[in-house]
Amino acid sequence: MSGGYVLIRGGRVVDPANGVDVTADVLLEDGVIRAVGRPDVPQGATVVDADGLVVAPGLVDMHVHLREPGFEYKETIAGGTRAAAAGGVTTVACMPNTRPVNDDPSITGYILQKAATEGVVNVAPIGAITRGLEGRELTEMGLLLRAGCVAFSDDGRPVADSGLMRRALDYSRAFGALLIQHAEDPSLSAGGCMHEGVISSRLGLPGLPAAAESVMVDRDVRLVELTGGRYHVAHISVAGAVESVARARARGLPVSCEVAPHHFALTDEAVLGYDTDAKMSPPLRGAEDRNALLEGLARGVITVIATDHAPHDPDSKRVEFCHASNGVVGLETLLPVSLELVRDGVMSLMECLRAMTVAPAKLLGLDRGTLTPGSPADLVLFDLDAAWVVDAARLHGTSRNTCFHGRRVRGRVIRTMVSGRIVYNG
Amino acid sequence: MGSHLWNRKHLLGMADLSREEIQSILDAAASLREVNRREIKKVPTLRGKTVINLFFENSTRTRTSFELAGKRMSADVINMSASSSSVKKGETLIDTMATLQAMNPDLVVIRHPESGAQEFLARHLDAAIVNAGDGRHEHPTQALLDLLTMHDHLPLLERESFEGLVVAVCGDSLHSRVARSIALGLRTMGGEVRFVGPPGLMPPRAEEAFGARVYHSMEEGLEGAHVVMALRLQLERMSVGFIPSVREYFAFWGLTRARLARAAPGAFVMHPGPINRGVEISSEVADDRERSVILEQVANGLAVRMAVLYRLCGMGGGR
Repeated sequence: MSGGYVLIRGGRVVDPANGVDVTADVLLEDGVIRAVGRPDVPQGATVVDADGLVVAPGLVDMHVHLREPGFEYKETIAGGTRAAAAGGVTTVACMPNTRPVNDDPSITGYILQKAATEGVVNVAPIGAITRGLEGRELTEMGLLLRAGCVAFSDDGRPVADSGLMRRALDYSRAFGALLIQHAEDPSLSAGGCMHEGVISSRLGLPGLPAAAESVMVDRDVRLVELTGGRYHVAHISVAGAVESVARARARGLPVSCEVAPHHFALTDEAVLGYDTDAKMSPPLRGAEDRNALLEGLARGVITVIATDHAPHDPDSKRVEFCHASNGVVGLETLLPVSLELVRDGVMSLMECLRAMTVAPAKLLGLDRGTLTPGSPADLVLFDLDAAWVVDAARLHGTSRNTCFHGRRVRGRVIRTMVSGRIVYNG
Repeated sequence: MGSHLWNRKHLLGMADLSREEIQSILDAAASLREVNRREIKKVPTLRGKTVINLFFENSTRTRTSFELAGKRMSADVINMSASSSSVKKGETLIDTMATLQAMNPDLVVIRHPESGAQEFLARHLDAAIVNAGDGRHEHPTQALLDLLTMHDHLPLLERESFEGLVVAVCGDSLHSRVARSIALGLRTMGGEVRFVGPPGLMPPRAEEAFGARVYHSMEEGLEGAHVVMALRLQLERMSVGFIPSVREYFAFWGLTRARLARAAPGAFVMHPGPINRGVEISSEVADDRERSVILEQVANGLAVRMAVLYRLCGMGGGR
């Protein structure tokens, strides 16, 4: 039904890009948003009843691992975008730590071509900052952007060398490109496999101190000051880093950050019992850090919620804790877990959705995440209050390594549309 | 040896055990000690039972102790070490264990270099497991034998119970499963634990995690202690890089006679072994038969492991 007119009638339309939160109709024409309000219904329009549902721009997740090419046994572009659609996510930015690494326009082209033929949502590739993620030579950022990359990151690894990070921030300015840093000082994090604190002490697991992250963000903010490059902290997880970002933003520096739902919803206590589905990088932190993340969201220091969706096959997780792969899937729990922020009074529904729609879209330079007439009709219809229990076995992606298995949540995706096409029906 | 207090399938750590459960093991061990003094050191209790010792880390003392414990109880005991097993061929831990389980042992005693390995196996497989040391996490039978040894000496310290007993655990607690297990066990029994050593070698937030008070000076940490336990400085791996030199370590944190004089009158010295003479403990302290109970610990280790095997797969098992 992407062709012709579609009228989505009577929903609670929440469009953070335009500051809209009203009961209204949304009219689509040929996969494009035409009007929001009480438009005349054109002849032959397909009518979708959205009574009792929230109608919002499709979610934009700027931190996803689709694993293809190279790790198709963990996830594929087809499977990963299917999971996205089930989670109400209509655009995913995919990280370059594939095999081969997305450090060359040919790989970007391969991903986009696969996405066009097999994907069900929009795929926006993120190119590597350094070739092979090796932290030595810069990639061809200009050519990668031309091939379709929307930002750069060595995610999974930090750009540890200060001189190289300075050059990357400098060079990226030629294109106004965004650099996304996995902020972690490797000499402080080496050997650690969970947050360093009371729980790591009890479990006898080597810890990663919070300072490993904040030290790197502090350094990078100084380099942004020096270069003026656009800088974004991936999956921020500690109080000290939030503080650094807050100070940098207050001074008008082009610094932003994202938080993952598992970091604001859980603490390191989830690791008790050596649960490898609670193992990720950065690790689940302590209660003080979690509180700082909530406060950062409330104060608008953290402007983006992104999943760090990281699928892993069961064999990568059914091993000794320290040997288990880092990462959890998150696309299908992004919305309901984030809605806990609204119910807990941390932020309004409008601000919560802003962090998952227009805010990341703007950082990536995408004209999505908005219901502005003329935009692609990427939409999510969800029931704000419908309660359900997360069941790993019922997830839609290839891998099911969720840290939210068994969690009671509210907020269920009823329909997801990409350019007017229905890609998920709940 | 009443069995009503014990209905666990596994012994994974001291963190799980109640005061009554610990006491029931100590009581059983105290009575089984008698077997080890007989001329025929064998009882038929575990006849027909199979115990597998699966060691992924080198160990002579603990493995021998478990082996002898099983044999004195008449169990069939098989030793497997990781170097001779299929682990070297790239088999995963869970596959190795599943293979053993298929042979239907009554109990598998496991030592593994990764914290949580035994808990992981217990979750995924059916076999009953005794943790003989996992990474830096726990070593419950060591803590139990330490508690038994302390218990034996309570009368000499003119005390009736563990209540108020002050134990100074000296050295690299950060990397030590012995320190964690004894701290948890003692706390449960009502004792007071101190961790004494250089700041970088203390577990993060030890007070919250274990109820242990942390001292960075040996002189202060030993003041008034009833028991002084020296930990092995793991020169071969863990402790490297945390301290500048052995000379410096011994100068400030070595257990010497002068430092021991700070402890309570009659205080005694323990060490989980093997000892590094002149590193964490001076020879004159280690060999002082008035103060050192290191060899009693070894004897008690055997009795405690017999008691554990008895509780988990003998008539004493409540499951």
